[in-house]
Amino acid sequence: MSAHLPILQVVVPLLAAPFCLFLKRGRMAWGLAVFASWAALAIALALLGQVTQEGVLSYAIGDWVPPIGIEYRVDIVNAWVLVIVSGIGAVVAPYSMASIEREVEAGRIPLFYAAYLLCLSGLLGITITGDMFNVFVFLEISSLSAYALIALGQARRALTSAFRYLIMGSVGATFIVIGIGLLYVMTGSLNMADLAQLLPEVWDSRTVKVAYGFLAVGFCLKLALFPLHLWLPNAYTYAPSAVTAFMASTATKVAVYMLLRFFLTVFGAPFSFDVMALDRVLLPLALVAIASMSLVAIFQVNVKRLLAYSSVAQIGYMILGLSFATVTGLTATLLHLFNHALMKGALFMAMGCVMYRIGSVHINAVAGLGRRMPWTMAAFVAGGLSLVGVPLTVGFVSKWYLILGALERGWWWAAILVLLTSLLALVYIWRVVEVAYFRDFPGDEATREAPWTLLGPTWALVALNLYFGIDAGRTVGIARQAAEVLMAGIGP
Amino acid sequence: MRGEVVVRVGAKVLAPFIITFGLCVHFHGDYSPGGGFQAGVILAAAIALLALVYGLEAVQKVVTPRFVRACAALGVIIFAGVGVVTMVLGHNYLGYDALAEGHAGQHYGILGVELGVLVTVFGVMVTVFYLFAGRRGRTQ
Amino acid sequence: MSLDLLVSHYNYWVVIFLMMVGFYILISRGNLIKKVVGLNVFQTSVFMLYISMGKVNGGTPPILIYGETDVLYSNPLPHVLILTAIVVGIATTSVGLALAVRIKEAYGTIEEDEINAIEARTEATG
Repeated sequence: MSAHLPILQVVVPLLAAPFCLFLKRGRMAWGLAVFASWAALAIALALLGQVTQEGVLSYAIGDWVPPIGIEYRVDIVNAWVLVIVSGIGAVVAPYSMASIEREVEAGRIPLFYAAYLLCLSGLLGITITGDMFNVFVFLEISSLSAYALIALGQARRALTSAFRYLIMGSVGATFIVIGIGLLYVMTGSLNMADLAQLLPEVWDSRTVKVAYGFLAVGFCLKLALFPLHLWLPNAYTYAPSAVTAFMASTATKVAVYMLLRFFLTVFGAPFSFDVMALDRVLLPLALVAIASMSLVAIFQVNVKRLLAYSSVAQIGYMILGLSFATVTGLTATLLHLFNHALMKGALFMAMGCVMYRIGSVHINAVAGLGRRMPWTMAAFVAGGLSLVGVPLTVGFVSKWYLILGALERGWWWAAILVLLTSLLALVYIWRVVEVAYFRDFPGDEATREAPWTLLGPTWALVALNLYFGIDAGRTVGIARQAAEVLMAGIGP
Repeated sequence: MRGEVVVRVGAKVLAPFIITFGLCVHFHGDYSPGGGFQAGVILAAAIALLALVYGLEAVQKVVTPRFVRACAALGVIIFAGVGVVTMVLGHNYLGYDALAEGHAGQHYGILGVELGVLVTVFGVMVTVFYLFAGRRGRTQ
Repeated sequence: MSLDLLVSHYNYWVVIFLMMVGFYILISRGNLIKKVVGLNVFQTSVFMLYISMGKVNGGTPPILIYGETDVLYSNPLPHVLILTAIVVGIATTSVGLALAVRIKEAYGTIEEDEINAIEARTEATG
């Protein structure tokens, strides 16, 4: 059975999704979704264990030997991302029961879980597959279900944000297919490992460079790198709380993974950094994203939108790590994938608790909640401290490696920028904390703490934030190993 | 179009042929052009034709919205189920050779998978048609 | 660039033309339905790109002919890939149109500038 784990990783949530449609009651669909996402997490952890012991796993679908058939290929890099995605899925699924019952009409709840599971299996599929066209198929599975999930939000602006995301997301995906098609024209192969062998012979051709450009724009749209981030703030603001928590911690991470996989494994680090100067293109974009989006976040009055802009800034940190073009920089990127998923997940889930009790996430709505909903706001503070990068939280670990990477290259100004923008993060988190703790609660006296079904998953993420902030050895070890694999490539 | 005798009779005569053609396209899909996707669309076109001529309500009495929605889900289960069956029989996921000796296994496997595609595409297409056609202008 | 090169790569010119037309509609039109149409044209250009690259000069359709060994077949793989992409395109279109219908119900319009005006007004009033 353990030989089939790579395919089960995708099939379990994929097969659970249609069964959700047959279940009449929302709670039953929820039970199935929780079961499927926990199973996915168990499989991902088992895969990570197998990969660290046995090395790269390859699974030939339909017994067709790669590079002819579709290959699922698991190495330390995507095993790591699989754990991130399925881990967040396993925390958000139990959380969604109460949150979704409050925010989505009862008749649509089984549909919600079907779309949620499809989105999860799409993201897992992108991560695990070793076939370029398969990446596109799974990308569209996850994106289409994401559009539907966002449109389930209560406000009518959820519809317009989903529509805008659909237009921009489809353009991004189409750019990616064009890039894949051009690579296929040049090499006649769609298998990533095979392409890594074939591409160095045709490095000089203009077609390959054009393909590289199309792929770069497509990925940057999907991962919401400044200035292609315009779809993200509204989509995160108006989606149901559970969807925001899930999307913010997984969708952009998987897009970053795609970028790393294509540009470092398929094209190879030498081509990306020496020929195409990827680092010099991404560096200014990352710096502008970090600085400008942190500033924009300070002036937001909707807390979810504030966190959404902060997400765009955090994506900037990940790309900054990549643009150092060193193993340390890449380690910081891969660490921040995991760490940012933990902190943003916790923050958005805390906001979901506020939404559940107060019905709004406007900054005035959290007034006085520090005393009224102490656990919720404590979770927000903990997540916020992690976002700022206070020691003993995971945020500190990522910032530490980012600064190490910057100093290694001698770019002390980048290190200073990372420190300064952490202060900006402190400012926007403090704005919320100040309102929550130093203002009186204006609302109903009967308002109580959020139920434990919401607080449990939120605090699980907060606990992980602290645990991996103190015991960072394991995550850093895996991230460094993955960074070395990516930088080495699998070329000839 | 209730009064148009030619249209009504024409649709009635054509519909079974369209459905037969759809199944023909499906069952030839394993070794010649065709397959589940095209077949599903053709089957859905038959339903759409009947709905346009006889009205949505009449057709929805026979092919209920619940039924087509169940089809949409069932097809995915059939597709993924074929893969799980081959896996249980000791081959890799979707390794059709597990289903029978020699080339026959490939035929069975492709037909099974394409049946899943047919059912899903039929269900989704008719659902989309029902939803758009059945929408009454509900503006604010 | 010689004329020969221009003519022999005519399929790419068709693709680029369609792509730019689709992209232009997508960017310049405020009507949501027209945006979806533009997206469709844009995606169709990619279908053309893939299908034209599967063509082998003098190749027959890739259906096995029994008893003949000396046959040049076209490459069937791009067609299969693009069948998948067409299905994806249909799904995107129907999701886009469904959203447009619901936006029409919620806002009473599908013109982007009017929607923006309504959103700005509701933002201002609370």
